[in-house]
Formats: sequence, C-alpha cells, structure tokens
Amino acid sequence: MLEKALVGSKKYWLWVLFLLSIIFIGFLCYLYQFKVGLGITGMSRDVSWGFYIANFTFLVGVAASAVMVVLPYYWHNYKEFGKITILGEFLAVAAVTMCILFVFVDLGQPMRVLNVLRFISPNSIMFYDVIVLSGYLLLNLLCGWTVLHAEYKGTKYPSWLKPFIYLAIVWAPSIHIVTAFLYQGLPGRHFWLTAVMAPKFLASAFSSGPALIVVVALLLKKVANFDAGKKAIDTLSKIVTYAFVTFVLLFLFELFTAFYSGIHSHQAPIKYLFVGLEGHREWVPFMWTSAILAATAIIILVIPALRKNETTLALGCIAVFLSCWIEKGIGLITGGYTPTPFETVTPYRPTLPEIGITLGVWATGFLIMTLLYKIALEVKSSKELIVKYEGVPHKG
Amino acid sequence: MAIKRRTFLKLTGLTLLGTAASAAVGNLLTRGEVKAREYTYPPEALTAKRWAMVIDVKKCKEGRDTCYAKCIEACHSIHNVPSIDDKKREIKWIWEDKFEHAFPEQADEHLKELFKDVPFLLLCNQCDNPPCVRVCPTRATFKNKEGIVMMDFHRCIGCRFCMAACPFGARSFNWFDPRPYVKKVNPEYPTRMKGVVEKCLFCYERLAQGKIPACVEACPEKALIFGDLEDENSEVSKILKERVSLRRKAELGTHPSVFYLID
Repeated sequence: MLEKALVGSKKYWLWVLFLLSIIFIGFLCYLYQFKVGLGITGMSRDVSWGFYIANFTFLVGVAASAVMVVLPYYWHNYKEFGKITILGEFLAVAAVTMCILFVFVDLGQPMRVLNVLRFISPNSIMFYDVIVLSGYLLLNLLCGWTVLHAEYKGTKYPSWLKPFIYLAIVWAPSIHIVTAFLYQGLPGRHFWLTAVMAPKFLASAFSSGPALIVVVALLLKKVANFDAGKKAIDTLSKIVTYAFVTFVLLFLFELFTAFYSGIHSHQAPIKYLFVGLEGHREWVPFMWTSAILAATAIIILVIPALRKNETTLALGCIAVFLSCWIEKGIGLITGGYTPTPFETVTPYRPTLPEIGITLGVWATGFLIMTLLYKIALEVKSSKELIVKYEGVPHKG
Repeated sequence: MAIKRRTFLKLTGLTLLGTAASAAVGNLLTRGEVKAREYTYPPEALTAKRWAMVIDVKKCKEGRDTCYAKCIEACHSIHNVPSIDDKKREIKWIWEDKFEHAFPEQADEHLKELFKDVPFLLLCNQCDNPPCVRVCPTRATFKNKEGIVMMDFHRCIGCRFCMAACPFGARSFNWFDPRPYVKKVNPEYPTRMKGVVEKCLFCYERLAQGKIPACVEACPEKALIFGDLEDENSEVSKILKERVSLRRKAELGTHPSVFYLID
C-alpha cells in the first residue's frame, strides 16, 4: 500500500515539501541543542520543564482521543464511523510519534535514553508512560494498517485482530491517565497536586482530539474529495461538545476549591496565569485568549444550528483545539512551576531555537499523518471506483 | 534464492524484537542490577544508620560577617561546582536564602521581622522518603544505606523529573557544559558534563575517608552539626532533644534530615 503515498498531485507534493523544510529547520535547531545543551531553551533551574514536555502532554491527549471514534465503531457497531475510524487510528500513530520525539528532545543526555530500559524502575511513573505509549503506538499501527490492508485486498480484516482492537480501546485512556500521574503525584507542586488532573486530562483530550478529526475531515472534503459523511461529523461534534463542557466544568471546580477554601498555595498558580503574580504577567494574555476561545467554542457547539453548519462547526472545533492547546501547552507547565518552591516567580519564555525544534516535531507528526491519510484515502477511493464501474458492492 | 527479502526482513525484525524483549524481561526479574559484592567500608570510614545535619541559624548569623560563608566556598570548590553568573542557569549545592524563601508557609510578618538578617543555609534535605528517588526512571538517584540521597552522574539521562518532584528546589541541572565555569578543578572529585542533574550528596566520599562534610568542617562558628539521627547519643540527637527545631515543608511527608535550630 505504501506506493499510494508516492504518487500525488502537485498540491500534495508542495505540502510534503513544506513539511520537510520545517522538519529540516527543526533538525538544525536540534543539532545546535545537541551540541550546546538544553541551555539554548528558555528553561531554567526553577522552570525545568517547558514547551517540549507541555506539547508532549497535549499530544498524549490527542493520541488517546482516537478511542472516541474507534470505540463507537467496533464496540457499539456504529457504522457511520466506518470511514473515519482509520483517521482516528492514524492520527493516534502520528500523535504518539510526536510525543516520543518531544520526550526525546527534552533529554539532557539523549544518548543514554535506553537507560530507561536497562535500569527498569517500577517505582517511576515515567517507566509506565514509556510502556503505555510505545504499546499504544504499536497497537494503532497494527490495527489501522491491518484493517486498511484487508480493505485494499477486498477482504474483511482477519479475526485474530479483534482482541488487539479491543485492547487498543481499553489501552487508550491509560496513556493519558498515566501521563496525568506524572504530575499529580508530586508533593509541593500545588497546581498539579489534584485528583481531577487525570479526569481533566481525559476530558480535554476527548474534546481536542475529535475536534481535530472534525477539522481534518471537513478539510479533506474540500481538498481530497473525501466525504466522511454528515452523520459521522454530527456525532463526532456532539462528542466534542460533551467532552469540552466537562473539561470546562472540571476547570471551574478547581477554581472553586482553590478560592473557596482560601488556601493561598492553591490560588497562587491560578493567579499567576490569569492575573499575574508579583508583577509577572507573562502568560496572562494567552490564558485569557484560551478562556475566550473556550467560551466561543461552547456557544457554537451547544447551539444546534451553529454546530450543524459546517463553517461555524469548523470554527468551533478550531477554538476547542487552540483553547485546549493553550491550557496544556502553556498553562499546565508554567502554572506548575510558578511560584517556585521558594514562593518566588521565575518567568519562562521559550527561545527561538526551542520553538524551531517544537515546530519541527509538529511537522514530523503532520508528515506522518499526511502520508498515512494519503494511503488510507487512496485505498478507500479506489474501492469506491470499483463499486462505481463494476456495480458490485464491496462486502466487508 | 531460498530466502526471500520479505522473509529475511521478518526474521530480522523478530530476532531484534526477541532480543529486546528477553533483555527487558531479564532486567525486570533482576531489577537491572548485577549483584555486586557487598561494599566494605575502609576502617577509617565514618558510618551511620541515617546521617543528618542540624543548622544553628543564630550561630550562623553571628559568624556571618567574619566567615564570608566559608561553608559554601568549601563545598563548591571541593566538588567542582561551576560558578555560573545567571540566576536561571546557576548550579548550587549549598546556598543562603531568606527565611520567607526557606519556610514560605511559616512566613508571617513577625517571623519575617525576627529572622530578617538571619541567613538560612539551604541544601539537599536528604529526605528519608525522597520523592526524587521515587520518580527517577533510571534509578540514577537513589538512597544509600546511610540515608544519603545519592546521584549517579553517569546514569542520569537528564529528564529532570527529579527536579519537578523535589519540593525544596535542591537540584540543579547542567544547562551547558559546566567545565569552563569551574575555576580550579579538584582532581579528587569528578566534574560533570552537560545534561545531567546534580546536588549535595552529604560528602559521602569524605565520610568514606573518615572526614566530616566539607561545609561542617569549614564553619568556624560550629553552626553546622553532623551526625547519626538513629544514634541516641550522637550530637545531633542530643541537641534536637533540647532545642526547638524546624524542618522545611515537613507537612509533605518527605522527612527531611536537615534541621534548623531557631531558638
């Protein structure tokens, strides 16, 4: 099937070339970081994780969210999702690959990364995260590819795959729960030390991931002549709505606990993010952008007429995605490290090379997604052509 | 040809996977450790069940004008700690800070005023229940038999999970190659490379030679007291029975082994 990715229109190649050039720039930035050290980033003694780990955390959510299309299709036999299931699975493959790359570029001694396997540490949540993430990558690659290959050959997928499909479904939430546990079990980081961290992660994942699938599906309809089906988009946008409302509620619950209890240490990070602390207001505009995007998204998604209109739906889903990205990509990490253990504020701003590496990783993910989607769509459209010319409906 | 390319690739893949899997399972069973011969301490070594430090902040304040923080100087020069003139990238094993930074949750106006000019020496607390050890994915940081939270600079992958886990900001990361920032290298102690975490190790290497930690030895006021917390008759145990002491963020349950005498 791989050959399907090797032929394409001029537009396709231009897009691939564009991604490759960003990957190249990111790679050059990484070589610089590899030579000089992580000092080329904006991270510091007090804010020792930054953009890389933030994007990693966000993308774990995007990866886990594939389950929101896979589960209804395989578990509840919801046929409408037949066409987009593969989009979900391949999105997961791209997202997990980005996650692994983000963790890798964050290491101070990347050449020693295999020490994680050499010196297995069952007491470290990082160890479990490595297991669940790599397992999830393999499962999605296996399930997505095998089902698509069967379709390519005009048969039904082999029955041995069934257990793997179900395993992938129950595996999906685990990757985000374990990632939340990286944070929520640390003493002395008040912003992270909350039991709703894992459910909040899941809710934001199950809204931002499907939102991305909706946007991509609407885009593919325009550029690739691929129609996911009105009903599928409609159901998916309802999933986005429920998950996003849950996420916003969980966030408001956090605010209640922090401010009604009056505990200073719980309030400080939230104050830093939304109004500034000790004269530091670095991320205030971003957090309010996230809040306004969230409010806009909820208005669009909750009103049926706006949710059903493709243009407004696309806008709503983009708003969900960006709002969640700001919340996790900026709020989570800087909020966790501010104030410092000394109750002081050390500002963090990513540097240009750091942003370059980040964009490079994102471009790698988009390239993987483009290639896999290209293959999937070609297989699906050739199947439709057979039906059209031979008049034989495909059994499978 | 008897063997097709596809079959060859499949077999190669399976072999690699099998090797990796068996290595991983083997590692899990042995917990990745080859059982080494028990380390025997040289006869002159100082040993304890749980090393601890008591810092008399009043004495520290009294001597501060004349000692010029000899403890910090001694520690940092012996351990090749680079002096980097950038608050965000600095590396420190022991340093001075204000009361409200050392004990932010206790810092009301009266105490702040009372301890206004008192330097609080901060260092790794050598916690009895260390979160940094719990989170390390390679066991590069671990607690030894004497209660010291150790670091293997050669195993650390630089993920900085320990820095996120430490509630005391005791850990530093080498954002750059530290060697150009070490003024005079002490050949008796290793220098570090970029990309690894480091911190105070309670001078385990000096204890093995029968010497007390460098900071304790350097203090002319004898404001730093070092000893075995599990030994009833040690100086630290005796003094903690008599005087009022505080530990940083005791409510977090990490059980620090560094105590501050505040009376």
